[in-house]
Amino acid sequence: MLSIWFFIGILLLIYGVLIFGSGLYEYYNPPAEHKVLAELHAGIWWGALLFALGAIYILKFRPRRNG
Amino acid sequence: MLVQAITSFGWAPALFLQTSGRLLQLSGVDIAIVAIYFLAVLGIGFYLKSYTKTGEDFFMAGREMTAWVAGLSFLAANLGSLELMGWAGNAYQYGILAAHWYWVGAIPAMLFLAIVMIPFYYISKTHSVPGYLKLRFGEPARALSAISFGFMTVLMSGINMYAMAVVLKVVLGWDIYFSIWVSSITVALYVTLGGLLSAIFNEVLQFVLIWLGALLISIIGLIEAGGWSGMVARIHRNFPQQDFTHLWSTLGSFQDNPMGINWVGIVFGLGAVISMGYWTTDFLVVQRVISAKDLRSAKLAPLIGAAFKMCVPFIVILPGLLGLAMLDTPGHHFLVAGDVATAALEKGQVLHSYDEVLPIMLARYCGPGLMGLGITALIAGFMSGMAGNVSAFATVWTYDIYRAMIRKDATDQHYVTMGRWCTIGGVLVSIGTAYLALHSHSIMDYVQELFSFFIAPLFGTVLLGMLWKRATGPGGFWGLLSGTFSAIGMWVWVKNTPSAIQYIALSPYAKPMAENMFRALWSAMVCVIVTVAVSLVTKPRPDSELVGLVYGCTEIPSEGHLPLWQRPIFWAGVVSAIFVIIQIIFW
Repeated sequence: MLSIWFFIGILLLIYGVLIFGSGLYEYYNPPAEHKVLAELHAGIWWGALLFALGAIYILKFRPRRNG
Repeated sequence: MLVQAITSFGWAPALFLQTSGRLLQLSGVDIAIVAIYFLAVLGIGFYLKSYTKTGEDFFMAGREMTAWVAGLSFLAANLGSLELMGWAGNAYQYGILAAHWYWVGAIPAMLFLAIVMIPFYYISKTHSVPGYLKLRFGEPARALSAISFGFMTVLMSGINMYAMAVVLKVVLGWDIYFSIWVSSITVALYVTLGGLLSAIFNEVLQFVLIWLGALLISIIGLIEAGGWSGMVARIHRNFPQQDFTHLWSTLGSFQDNPMGINWVGIVFGLGAVISMGYWTTDFLVVQRVISAKDLRSAKLAPLIGAAFKMCVPFIVILPGLLGLAMLDTPGHHFLVAGDVATAALEKGQVLHSYDEVLPIMLARYCGPGLMGLGITALIAGFMSGMAGNVSAFATVWTYDIYRAMIRKDATDQHYVTMGRWCTIGGVLVSIGTAYLALHSHSIMDYVQELFSFFIAPLFGTVLLGMLWKRATGPGGFWGLLSGTFSAIGMWVWVKNTPSAIQYIALSPYAKPMAENMFRALWSAMVCVIVTVAVSLVTKPRPDSELVGLVYGCTEIPSEGHLPLWQRPIFWAGVVSAIFVIIQIIFW
């Protein structure tokens, strides 16, 4: 049975890509609606964090062949 | 429509779409994040279906969970959207006092479960808490407990649905019934497919998403407020007459704190009865722990849960406090009580209630992508809480009601099929109960009422059953029954005669939360007194029949051969020490 941590890794990796990409898009195309502290560009670094976590979990808990 | 105090907040025009009353609209990437989440939980359910063939697989996850998986799922099953939104709302209403429900109202109980009670649950090989009562006190106590648990579980599930639907209505403007049906059908599908195994796997996934989705609110909020000290200064500036930021120093009397409670209610009502009852006898959470692969893992699971539980205020209580600091202005609350918001809505005016503080803070800080993650966290919270309820309900219904009272000699496969149908039925009944939550002053007050009816007396019964071998079957049954009826009686009394609260909660200044704590305390005491009295006049069971069930008749496996850091008692000590330090810091 695949580890639950492997599933979590895949999901975080996908989310990381989406949120990081969205953050980058916002950086170059600032939206009309202003969020408080939008200048922190939280999407970029939070997306990168999710991506890194996801990659680590996938590598550590990926299915391996016995022997 | 009028939108409350909209001009007071520079960020508000960006968030409130005045034509619809919703906080915001999701972008394409947000919708993709939510959709991927739904696909993921359903995919896990389909994947695990082939691993759930027997009753042991479906109802107990094969008893193969590691301590980490069991521990995180133990916590996630409790961390529903009700928990996230309700306690963030309570933190906004009552201040840091709400953190008592995460610290003194959880940690001692989790430690007690791990060290004292788990050995009996685990060694007796029971499949449920009512199942333990059957072994210890006989069929009547099991039947009473199973029926009251089933009743409470579907009510809780309905409250969870209501909380989720409110989030989606407030934030996205989604139809409340559409939200309920889509989310509920998803939960019904993945729990029906993979049983407890699927529920637990998804709960761990949901736990991670809840943290990653909600954590950013607190981080950015603290940056905006100027750190903890900046936030406290703003709250004191906004409300100089009230103390929202001290945990214990305002509990000397009922009038000194916004909750209208004193330390006796918190320590004895919450800490010694309600939380002990919930964390040690509510099968919703206990089921996750007894699915562990061995006794040591089962003892470590609540300790892992306790360590994370101590951190949950960072993503639940802190956003409520940040709301007090950043949303409010001197002497004026931005958010209102739930019934005020409902009454205003009937007049065409949009006011936001305390329970909406978390999504409002989410909307304040999070743009596209992060918003989708935050919404996913709230949906994940709803699903973990609901899956916990329906999987526990399916087990208790199938084993403790259907097999015990209706069909005793069917095949294992028949009971698995019954469990799957029961999951669907439980979800459908829960949808009906969601409407009940609409009529409560506050979501969490409603839950505390339920706890005091069923959970507080049950704790008295199970505790005496495990620790006092003289307790008899009739004693257990009549104690549980009288405790439950005394709680309902006290509740009816105060409902009909509001001034009676001064007798229940020992003060005319007590507020509903204090009444709940004291009612739980009295009902547990009634249960214990009746159990002891009836036991002393009825015939005890011989010790040989109590092996594996009662302290003094059960040999608990020694852990003396293990290195210190592998022993549960060592980690219980570490968690205890951190718990005490936190109390002193926020005193």
